[in-house]
Amino acid sequence: MELFTEGDPIADTRAPDGPIETRWERRRFEAKLVNPANRRKMTVIVVGTGLAGGSAAATLAEQGYQVKSYCYQDSPRRAHSIAAQGGINAAKNYRNDGDSVHRLFYDTVKGGDFRSRESNVHRLAEVSVNIIDQCVAQGVPFAREYGGLLDTRSFGGAQVQRTFYARGQTGQQLLLGAYQALERQIGLGNVEMNARHEMLELIVVDGRARGIVVRDLVTGEVTTEFADAVVLASGGYGNVFYLSTNAKGCNVTATWRAHRKGAYFANPCYTQIHPTCIPVSGDHQSKLTLMSESLRNDGRVWVPKAKGDDRNPKDIPEDERDYYLERIYPSFGNLVPRDIASRAAKAVCDQGRGVGPGGLGVYLDFADAIGRLGRKAVEAKYGNLFEMYERITGEDPYEVPMRIYPAVHYTMGGLWVDYDLQSTIPGLFVIGEANFSDHGANRLGASALMQGLADGYFVLPNTIANYLAGGPFEKVDAGHPAVVEARRDVEDRIQRLLAVNGDRTVDSFHRELGQIMWDHCGMERSEAGLRKAIDEIRALREQFWQRVRVLGDGEGLNQSLEKAGRVADFFELAELMCIDALHREESCGGHFRAEYQTEDGEAQRDDERFSYVAAWEFTATGQPSVLHKEDLKFEYVHPTQRSYK
Amino acid sequence: MNLTLRIWRQSGPEDKGRMVTYQVDDVSPDMSFLEMLDVLNERLILAGEDPVAFDHDCREGICGMCGMMINGQAHGPQRGTTACQLHMRQFSDGDTIDIEPWRARAFPVIKDLVVNRGAFDTIIAAGGYITAPTGSAPEAHSVPVAKANADAAFEAAACIGCGACVAACPNGSGMLFTAAKVTQLSLLPQGQPERYTRVIGMVDAHDEAGFGGCTNAGECTVACPKGIPLNTIGRLNRDYLTATTKAAGKPGS
Repeated sequence: MELFTEGDPIADTRAPDGPIETRWERRRFEAKLVNPANRRKMTVIVVGTGLAGGSAAATLAEQGYQVKSYCYQDSPRRAHSIAAQGGINAAKNYRNDGDSVHRLFYDTVKGGDFRSRESNVHRLAEVSVNIIDQCVAQGVPFAREYGGLLDTRSFGGAQVQRTFYARGQTGQQLLLGAYQALERQIGLGNVEMNARHEMLELIVVDGRARGIVVRDLVTGEVTTEFADAVVLASGGYGNVFYLSTNAKGCNVTATWRAHRKGAYFANPCYTQIHPTCIPVSGDHQSKLTLMSESLRNDGRVWVPKAKGDDRNPKDIPEDERDYYLERIYPSFGNLVPRDIASRAAKAVCDQGRGVGPGGLGVYLDFADAIGRLGRKAVEAKYGNLFEMYERITGEDPYEVPMRIYPAVHYTMGGLWVDYDLQSTIPGLFVIGEANFSDHGANRLGASALMQGLADGYFVLPNTIANYLAGGPFEKVDAGHPAVVEARRDVEDRIQRLLAVNGDRTVDSFHRELGQIMWDHCGMERSEAGLRKAIDEIRALREQFWQRVRVLGDGEGLNQSLEKAGRVADFFELAELMCIDALHREESCGGHFRAEYQTEDGEAQRDDERFSYVAAWEFTATGQPSVLHKEDLKFEYVHPTQRSYK
Repeated sequence: MNLTLRIWRQSGPEDKGRMVTYQVDDVSPDMSFLEMLDVLNERLILAGEDPVAFDHDCREGICGMCGMMINGQAHGPQRGTTACQLHMRQFSDGDTIDIEPWRARAFPVIKDLVVNRGAFDTIIAAGGYITAPTGSAPEAHSVPVAKANADAAFEAAACIGCGACVAACPNGSGMLFTAAKVTQLSLLPQGQPERYTRVIGMVDAHDEAGFGGCTNAGECTVACPKGIPLNTIGRLNRDYLTATTKAAGKPGS
């Protein structure tokens, strides 16, 4: 059987035309509005409470809509945006170093290896400046200079200092800002908050997204919830690899269930492998911990020049060290984009020059920075990161260089959305990491926070009005056949998982799936590897449904059952990721195919054949998906081979 | 190393609960505390026994989801460290470790080590914010903030809402949590207009949720994985006193 078939291209992305600087303004002007009295009559469901979902729920409630918000954690404040360390980009040009909206737009399109939609990226760069204003007004304690103004630093893939930060906890502070705005709306009765609830199905009635099926994770009760529109802000799917920097609960279920109901899934193979994570320490490893990319501002990355040199790093003299990023990429040095830094680390480890247990690590050394700035200054900038490193590894990075290795961190792919952030299902909007829209094949550091808040505070609240202006839609009740079916599907799946009662735990399957994905759909992919992976995934999925053991029942808190449902969906996603990676016979950004590289080992794009977004349509379980192509047109940033040398 | 665990098992809110002893062998010192519990749970599942329910998510010490009493100490023996970041190298072969949920009137047990901390959200909803609807913000540089104030605000804002302060407090008070937010927002110029209504709203919500009063025992700040200083409570008290005596927030006051 074929792995996929090809369908019609995507004709309309709803992006306005005309000069790119005016498109967002025009779209807002042309969009229909909903008058304040009518907003009160409409309900919007928002799934997820991270930067995108939290900010969207708060803003929609401020505008007067009735909002129902859902998260699987015990509080909306715990969404995984909270773990973002480094910072948030904005084209404020406070440094007078040549930054502008156009340059942020340019850097982002280039950084994404020319696989994103220009109109969306430009809008992102435009609203970036409003985000900083908004967050400061909320009391986000950004780092400041002695004069009381905001401090900024540089991040990978940029030569200007446009990254605003709050020590190494920027995501936490931005999320708490959004969370507090959300809590204010909860207190005012404008948002109904449902923590410890998991969305398990999308309800589509007469072709429109009209609600969700959720399970109360404490009581086990399955209910159907209705709305005039549904917003998914459920994050990325990096946990398909089992080991990633994502929180343990991060999962693909909300977006995957929507995909099965008709929403196209775009570019699933675009995965970001972050270069600076703490290496795996053993088989017990349950997750990987990121060390912020901001460390590359002052840390120097190196390995010994000689293979198998296992001397104490302090005993390796300067001339026997290879500062390979500075050597290969002199103009960006240690601040090359993530995809490039990760691949370079893999390359030196593959050469046998890696350090630490198993040779899977490189040094990130602060000796020079401590010498230049003094220990105190380094501590002020990175203190909490250094402490975290020491807690995990038992080594003191002020004394011994850190050991780092790449790990799965972010997924650029996600549900396909048009310029309005609406999926192929009318009334289903997708924001933040859950959509595919702004980062192309590689995301630049400090741009995830920017996109999450841009979508939630500024983009969606404008674009969703245009859709809701066509409402309120006919009331849906629990007796509608589509609702009954969605609910029964959820209940059946729960019963099926509980009924297997096999001899393997959910985690053991998840680990094995993750290993297949890391080996064959990770930093380097090949045709043979991907074909092998697809076969292995299918075989393992079959085993899963025969041998998984989920104890207890669906009646109360059952964490194994929660995990089992998520892993079942990861199996289906994993196969699509491999098919997407296999069909894209080029290398771009985070997608590196061994067969397509330049002589010096850089990614070789094929713009003739692959300058498109691959949007996949689900057909039926086990049946080939249909590929729809959205052609990418570059009017402002001419695609070139990315060079950071 | 080989360990004996004594874990609080409680099947639901109505169950009385009890300590149950488990033996866990071959624990690596590089494991995190939660990874050690993962190993136990994998074994329990294969043996057909209900795995131990515990909350966790980011496993890097920032989401605040994990939390348990380890040998009677919130998040265990290492200062400034959440349970997920606590590593087994802090323990020795042959140790017996007691593991219990947070115990406080305002945090009812849901199952095993999982408790309901929704009361914290209620406190924030009662005033732990600056009213700044999206789109209304002035240019970020229009109001400078002295670096010392910004840094002190950040220090207080580092709270992860885990609840260790409540679990450690002999009165089950949530005052450190409440004070951290009050302090952050009252140190910033943007937080001044609501400064006094905020503190009253939050303290009232705190008391209504069943938290105990603060008697300056100071256990909270020692247990806090983020080192929120005790002087935040002093700041809260000062603002609260001003708010109640001057009837601040009323026009003309």
